[in-house]
Amino acid sequence: MTGSILSWSLAFALACVSLAILLSLFRLVRGPTSADRILAVDTLTINVIALIMLFGVAEATTTYFESALLLAMVAFVATVAYCKFLLRGDIVE
Amino acid sequence: MSLAAEILIAALLVFGGAFTLVGSWGLARLPSLMTRLHGPTKATTLGVGACLIASMIYFPVSGHSWSAHELLITIFLLLTAPISANMIAKAHLHRQGHGIDANPTDDIVSGLPAPPDGGDWATFQGGANGPRLPPSARGD
Repeated sequence: MTGSILSWSLAFALACVSLAILLSLFRLVRGPTSADRILAVDTLTINVIALIMLFGVAEATTTYFESALLLAMVAFVATVAYCKFLLRGDIVE
Repeated sequence: MSLAAEILIAALLVFGGAFTLVGSWGLARLPSLMTRLHGPTKATTLGVGACLIASMIYFPVSGHSWSAHELLITIFLLLTAPISANMIAKAHLHRQGHGIDANPTDDIVSGLPAPPDGGDWATFQGGANGPRLPPSARGD
């Protein structure tokens, strides 16, 4: 009994997050505006953070936490930089 | 690992996975950018937070040492999601208001009310593509 609940819910969550990554990739390719693509990249990285954490639980290792933290920071900076570029045509004013 | 902890972790994982999927489904299906912003900023952040909390419960219960990494990531995501959503909405308003993007959405071009003092919205002023600010507003 014990262990099977966890493995099934882990498989469910991994399937859901993978499907979510495919959906945000669809929005990234489809567009239509550049703000849509920025939002799609932002969502994609948030989904990838969830995938990394679920992979860490599945493998029972804590090695991947730092990569998830780095990805969260880089994704935020990238989103703000893209938006600043669209707003001003310049990132560092 | 006790059965109660396992059921709690499994419930959080299912909750998180479902919310992540709903958020990205909203991103793919909703009709315009202002509506699409809702899915990722609310549902996906909540789903990722649930996954991270499940991981934070899983590792101490299964014999690993406790660490604050997941809590750090959760707090960071919850702090930055509204800021990035605000920036995306501002960039969208700016581009639609200037007619830079080819297909106007959200009725922004005709729908933004004019500010009362005869100026323009702050997001449309200055920058490389917009008109220059008056000298009093520039501060020089």
